[in-house]
Amino acid sequence: MSSPVSAPAPTATDTACMSLENVTISYGSFEAVRNVHLELPKARVTAFIGPSGCGKSTVLRALNRMNDLIPGCSLKGRVVFDGHDIYHPKVDPVEVRRRIGMVFQKPNPFPKTIYENIAFGARINGYRGDMDELVERSLRKAAVWDECKDKLQESGFSLSGGQQQRLCIARAIATEPEVILMDEPCSALDPISTLKIEETMHELKRNYTIIIVTHNMQQAVRVADMTAFFNAEAVEGGSGKVGYLGEFAETEVIFNSPVQQSTLDYVSGRFG
Amino acid sequence: MTRTQTLAPKPSQGFPSREGKSMLFDPSLPRNRINKLCTTVAGTFATIAVLPLLLVLLYVLWNGGRLISPQLFTQLPPAPGMEGGGIGNAIIGTIIVTAIASLIALPVGVGGGIYLSEYSRSGWFAQAVRFANDVLAGVPSIISGVFVYGLIVATRLFFNQSYSAMAGGIALAVLMLPTVIKTTDEGLKLVPQELRWGSYGVGASRFVTITRVILPAAFTPIATGAVLAIARAAGETAPLIFTALFSPFWPEGIFNPIATMSVLIFNFAIMPYEAQNALAWTASFVLVVMILGANLLARWIARAARP
Repeated sequence: MSSPVSAPAPTATDTACMSLENVTISYGSFEAVRNVHLELPKARVTAFIGPSGCGKSTVLRALNRMNDLIPGCSLKGRVVFDGHDIYHPKVDPVEVRRRIGMVFQKPNPFPKTIYENIAFGARINGYRGDMDELVERSLRKAAVWDECKDKLQESGFSLSGGQQQRLCIARAIATEPEVILMDEPCSALDPISTLKIEETMHELKRNYTIIIVTHNMQQAVRVADMTAFFNAEAVEGGSGKVGYLGEFAETEVIFNSPVQQSTLDYVSGRFG
Repeated sequence: MTRTQTLAPKPSQGFPSREGKSMLFDPSLPRNRINKLCTTVAGTFATIAVLPLLLVLLYVLWNGGRLISPQLFTQLPPAPGMEGGGIGNAIIGTIIVTAIASLIALPVGVGGGIYLSEYSRSGWFAQAVRFANDVLAGVPSIISGVFVYGLIVATRLFFNQSYSAMAGGIALAVLMLPTVIKTTDEGLKLVPQELRWGSYGVGASRFVTITRVILPAAFTPIATGAVLAIARAAGETAPLIFTALFSPFWPEGIFNPIATMSVLIFNFAIMPYEAQNALAWTASFVLVVMILGANLLARWIARAARP
């Protein structure tokens, strides 16, 4: 299971939530990221860092089959979640996404009321309980209840960018997934909103496995227990670059005593 | 003065000297004269372009509007040589035929647009449908009339009836389809991709994503396109002459010939009777007002319904 580039699982208490086994993802004939082996621990925050074009967002989207929506995108290898290869032909991607939720780079609330933004996902997932209670609980968990409680019937667009992003986190939580994927969730936000979302993530990791892609290395240090460093290398004879997993270890190790020189160069700001 | 000279960077060689040049607007400069000329020419052409439109509207309003009366809406056209009468049957007929056309063209067109935008954005079949649709949009309306004549009227397809409101509605539906498909396709493409991801991300299926998230988000452009297509169809004459024909009586079901305002105008305007000519003008007026109303409705939809 272990590969030459990925460190062994860090501590005995961590159990793998998802594992990638020799995953290669291509757009058409162009390989975006190659031969990734990765074990993502349960109830932890894992950060994906690396220079642009190294395939970290591509890998993240592969974890809940979001890449299915991109024409020409294909995956080789296995992505195992809860004992199943989620790319097995018999697996229903809709079911996968119900258990592995996602928060995107740009806040994307539905053009509905704040209440409906939360209730929509729960309803289509067959939730039969008290909807008011679920909406409040989800908004509280995402630390946006105070801003929203008096305007639940207003459009989601009436919130500020940071509030919208936390609404989207609440929307993802409301369906009670087991894993939450976050693709640079703070890149469009100011530092204060960023801080609030990071606090939200600290709250959430008690119950959820969180995987976050970030360009902000301080953010990775602040929120992540584990960090995966992705890098890109030129393809022999080709024109583009192909991404690969450079190093995967505890965040502290990656930032203070990484094994590889390229990781050290990146985290100390010498390139990328 | 000396201070500004030291601050201003010296123009490099090749540029004309800035020494003594005024910053004030000089209308006699070539660039300013050309600017003025172009503005005048463009303005003149714009006026020429909009003038016929204004004149047609005013002419119809003047000739038709002064004859408007309540009996117009409740009475049948008079027999040739008689006075008075109304266009009640033609107004109802236009509404019926347009409604039939909408009932066919809106579901098919919106469904087709959804297929093109959501199910097969760049497949060869979608490309072929898009191309065919653009061609269909450019087909003269009389061709759609002849087509339906050959397909339905001449073959007596419906209950052995030849000319019928149904045939007229189908001919108009053929004309409406390209507009509805195109506006639906374009309207759905305007919906940000992030919204689709968000919906799939909370575990929605494609059907739920389209019906509950994408279609509501694209409601405005789709509704606007639909209203404009209906307005255009309501004013068509050529396809109806071959299909719905005309009737001097009240509508007798949708499988019989039916009077419509556009065909009434066509028939009555060239009759040698003053009463009929007057009715043609009034029908023109009513038709123009109806189409104007539909366009205003489309604008209103476009402005309202924003979240």
